[in-house]
Amino acid sequence: MRHEILLSGFGGQGIILSSVILGRAAAIYDLKHVIQTQVYGPEARGGASMGGVIIDDEPIHYPKLRRPDIYLIMSQEGFERYGAKAEAGAVMVLDSDLVQSRPGCRYFEVPATSVAKKELGKVIVANIVMLGALVRATGVVSEGAIERATLESVPKGTEELNLKALKRGRELIIMGGEG
Amino acid sequence: MTMRRFLQGNIACAEGAIAAGCRFFAGYPITPSTEVAEHMAERLPKMGGTFIQMEDEIASIAAVIGASWTGKRAMTATSGPGLSLMMENIGYAAMTETPCVIVDIQRGGPSTGQPTMASQGDMLQARFGSHGDYSIIALSPSGVQEMYEMTVHAFNMADRYRIPVFLMADEIVGHMREPMEVPDSVLIIQRRLLEEEGRKPFEPREDLVPDFPLFGHGHFVHVTGLTHDERGYPSTSNPEVHERLVKRLVQKVEGARREIAMFDVVNPDAEVVFVSYGAPSRSVQQVLHDFPGEGFGHLRLKTPWPFPEWAPGRFENAKTFIFPELNMGQMARELERHVDQPVISVPKLGGALHSPEELAKVAMEER
Repeated sequence: MRHEILLSGFGGQGIILSSVILGRAAAIYDLKHVIQTQVYGPEARGGASMGGVIIDDEPIHYPKLRRPDIYLIMSQEGFERYGAKAEAGAVMVLDSDLVQSRPGCRYFEVPATSVAKKELGKVIVANIVMLGALVRATGVVSEGAIERATLESVPKGTEELNLKALKRGRELIIMGGEG
Repeated sequence: MTMRRFLQGNIACAEGAIAAGCRFFAGYPITPSTEVAEHMAERLPKMGGTFIQMEDEIASIAAVIGASWTGKRAMTATSGPGLSLMMENIGYAAMTETPCVIVDIQRGGPSTGQPTMASQGDMLQARFGSHGDYSIIALSPSGVQEMYEMTVHAFNMADRYRIPVFLMADEIVGHMREPMEVPDSVLIIQRRLLEEEGRKPFEPREDLVPDFPLFGHGHFVHVTGLTHDERGYPSTSNPEVHERLVKRLVQKVEGARREIAMFDVVNPDAEVVFVSYGAPSRSVQQVLHDFPGEGFGHLRLKTPWPFPEWAPGRFENAKTFIFPELNMGQMARELERHVDQPVISVPKLGGALHSPEELAKVAMEER
């Protein structure tokens, strides 16, 4: 199996960290072949930040995304720049607090930013809520793998908060539509 | 034993350096190489090593050269604009036969160009950038595992031949993350030290490499960028001394090409053969994977310098060589000197990698 995951949001949401955690989960805990890349450059600071993760059972040659089949979208600009191009067969998980548009593919919604802010008390974990939702919707990595990779990647003292964020993402995700 | 880790290329490079015994890093941060310096700054002090952020790249390479003379494995990391500044002292390192490792995470040039975008525009600069005749080794990794392994190898080659060795990576390989296997220990080839009584500090052995007269070991050695005799003393107007020295600086590397050069050969019977190094190798590998029936060949140069001029001959049926590079054909020009067949340079500027589709199209037209 091969998956190409495109993650986009605005700078500061932790989109790149999410892509690294997802890559680490697949590489270290699910023992897959993985390549994680990201868009650097000034446009990624405050503008639309973008991370790409390829997960494959076979060795990966070309490192860039060719045909993403999974999208994680956390901003309207990220949707317009990347999500709007999603092919009909793709799956998208979007933050329903921040993305107004809906794609032409199957999609799931999760109110990640409001849950992170009001319920968990830290808007900064919205990206982790999204990761929990993404894994529940797609099974692209195992739930054990995403938990361990998250714990390994977040600052000490925030482990409980992040595990809770993953859990709320899993619980709150709802089917949005078939596109 | 190895440990599986998920690392960025630049971090893998820094980890490889530490595994190789590098305990001195001097540098000036520059995108897209900064993570190498960052990681060394964090790691080296804990290992009893030294990290110095210098005032610029000229000072950085100077500090690296000085550290090397105390016996430390020393390196710096930079990108094109920094490499340009280092050129004078790189010549000094070549002339004084100072082992050192220079990591160049290439970005678009000339000048400050494209800080965050990949390029292979420094390939000729690495080889010929300083004035005068000399020779160096350049390694070109195309993945995270190789960022680690080739950094280790760079230190070994620098010590073996007493030369600056370049790790010519690029923004794509430097910034991408992949799983890699980190070994418990790595092969280390130590510098051959001057210990023999009466032997002069720049007196070459049979392999044209002199034993290294470590500072602080009573050798009273004089280290100068001026043309020098085997004692290390300036001898600037004797044509024979200069010719002998410079020819040796070149020949100690060029004469050992078969020992130094590393390359991969895939489908040696192929008529249409891709040649690549660094990140574009990944695009070529994708083409070979996507079109297994076409029988395309692939020569991947792990050491663009010294150029293994016999390697293309491994493809006995080759009719055409296709050479994708993230520059306007810098190494294709070198390949052209060594083969009778046409060389199709496929330049790519701007920072993107050649797509497998565009390379496949070129190859199909050549079938």
